[in-house]
Amino acid sequence: MTSKDVNTTDTDFAIEGHGDISVGVHGAGASGDGSASATRITPGNALRPEDIALEIQRGQVRPSEDVAEFALRIGDDGLILAQRLGHWISRAPELEEDIALGNIALDQLGHARSFLTYAGAAWDKSEDDLAYFRREHEFRSAHLFEQPNGDFAVTIARQFIVSFYQYELYTKLIESTDATIAAISAKAVKEVDYHRDHSAQWVLRLAGGTDESRARIIQGFKLVWPYVDELFEDDELTTRLAEAGVTVQPSSLRAEFDRLTGEIMAEAELEIPGVPQALGGGRRGKHSEFLGYILAEMQVLAREHPGASW
Amino acid sequence: MASQNLQSVPAELSPEEQEREAAGQAYFDRIISEDSRIEPRDWMPAAYRKTLLRQISQHAHSEIIGMQPEANWITRAPSLKRKSILMAKVQDEAGHGLYLYSAAETLGQSRDQMMEDLIAGKARYSSIFNYPTISWADMGAIGWLVDGAAICNQVPLCRASYGPYGRAMVRICKEESFHQRQGFEILLELSNGTPEQKQMAQDAVNRWYAPSLMMFGPPDDDSPNSKQSMAWNIKRFSNDELRSRFVGMMVEQVRVLGLTLPDKDIRFNEETKKWEHGPLDWNEFKEVLAGRGPCNSQRVERRREAHENGAWVREAAVAYARKQAQKENAA
Repeated sequence: MTSKDVNTTDTDFAIEGHGDISVGVHGAGASGDGSASATRITPGNALRPEDIALEIQRGQVRPSEDVAEFALRIGDDGLILAQRLGHWISRAPELEEDIALGNIALDQLGHARSFLTYAGAAWDKSEDDLAYFRREHEFRSAHLFEQPNGDFAVTIARQFIVSFYQYELYTKLIESTDATIAAISAKAVKEVDYHRDHSAQWVLRLAGGTDESRARIIQGFKLVWPYVDELFEDDELTTRLAEAGVTVQPSSLRAEFDRLTGEIMAEAELEIPGVPQALGGGRRGKHSEFLGYILAEMQVLAREHPGASW
Repeated sequence: MASQNLQSVPAELSPEEQEREAAGQAYFDRIISEDSRIEPRDWMPAAYRKTLLRQISQHAHSEIIGMQPEANWITRAPSLKRKSILMAKVQDEAGHGLYLYSAAETLGQSRDQMMEDLIAGKARYSSIFNYPTISWADMGAIGWLVDGAAICNQVPLCRASYGPYGRAMVRICKEESFHQRQGFEILLELSNGTPEQKQMAQDAVNRWYAPSLMMFGPPDDDSPNSKQSMAWNIKRFSNDELRSRFVGMMVEQVRVLGLTLPDKDIRFNEETKKWEHGPLDWNEFKEVLAGRGPCNSQRVERRREAHENGAWVREAAVAYARKQAQKENAA
């Protein structure tokens, strides 16, 4: 991987170039923590979509059709969730949660950009071609990710399921025989670990807080739990990729997911909702009514100016 | 509670109290004359505390309300990279709000109280956030002009005599300079894009130019509080001085952008060595400040809605923390 070299240069740039066109705040004061800004690239572990795009351009990486299809699935999961979570920014219950949910949205978007950039290489498409110029049935995200934010409890219930699922998935993908998938996942898993902690703490707080918060988190889980099974469904693509060691069968992640979420649910004295599982179909491009509206909003400006650069 | 200082000064002081007051005032005067820093536990004049509390809380409110016009474009950002940068930027603003509320809390007022005042329409925030963001190019113009003006205002505040404020500003200014750069980059990209994109950029600059100049506050001869703030080393340069500097910077940068500023009267005065600009509509400024801007009620309503919708969450967190503490005590 050459991305390490690229990172070093960019890290220097991010730090040195900070005061650029403004009025000399560069280096102002020694009190600032170097990693204080979310807009900064963290030195050392930054694998950016731009680095992947560069490797693609140089012909160093190119996914097979199967790998690209798989990257599209997990990339779309992150993208659609980021789109949902982004709506919370300026609307959260506390400023700290504006920041936390914004951070999670940013992480998800970052993972999505990397996976989509990589997937696009199979079809000579950019991350933006894929995000802005595909139609509903061409998206491969699972239904859970497009579920509405609801109140804070619904968002937390959704995030709790997502982050425990993603943690299991990315942990396994670090071992992927596909080096790019492994590298993206190695970065993602550290971030998703924090998402797990954030959502688990809120599940405990809401369940053990007031009567109202407890009722709301119970209702929140009831609303999103029907979309759990879809995450762990195997199909022909995952079977082929599991044989090739690119990924594992989603069903193999279920036991650990159940165990870890079960521990938190038990501590919170919450029951796993006894709700029927929805049919799903997101991985085959069959979506709920929600996705159309998400895409309409996300894509409107880009589609008004096809071919424009931003 | 220090906040009591704001409401009333006891009519009669005992001799000991008088002595303490005099010693406090002497210490304060010395710190100011040495251009050093006042810290939260130091004695300070009630009016100094009040001025700072007003300024810092208004600044915090501006960051929080200022999230809204930009959050308006997060879901529609035209590329994933821009979406990511915009999200990070709006998130930074929430962070700035937090540091500033914390700095204000050291003066004796709680964040809850400040938030109540904002929602009740009792507190002010920067008037510019009452204008709508109607195109993507507004993200560029806000970064370049609005954050640019904010930086001009705020860099001198890094040396403000009140320690917590000055230190918060150091951190904020670093991030603001990044914000300005990203705004400039958005406009540069649009300006070098399709004719429609360039038009979008010019239109945004046209709309945000005058309001951003007015961010520095009224002209010096109509700014009653400035003189005292400068004597206290809170403010270092006058409104007009900062405005003139800002115009000078923008004149240079707009050329690089390949756009124009909507002001035919901009010139460098060789005698005063200062940049001058055309007349500003201070009547509009006052109207917007008085609540008659395009988005005033919308902005406060959004904040109220978020705050009230979140009440049950905050209550749950408090109740949970209390129960946990009880468990620990029992154990």
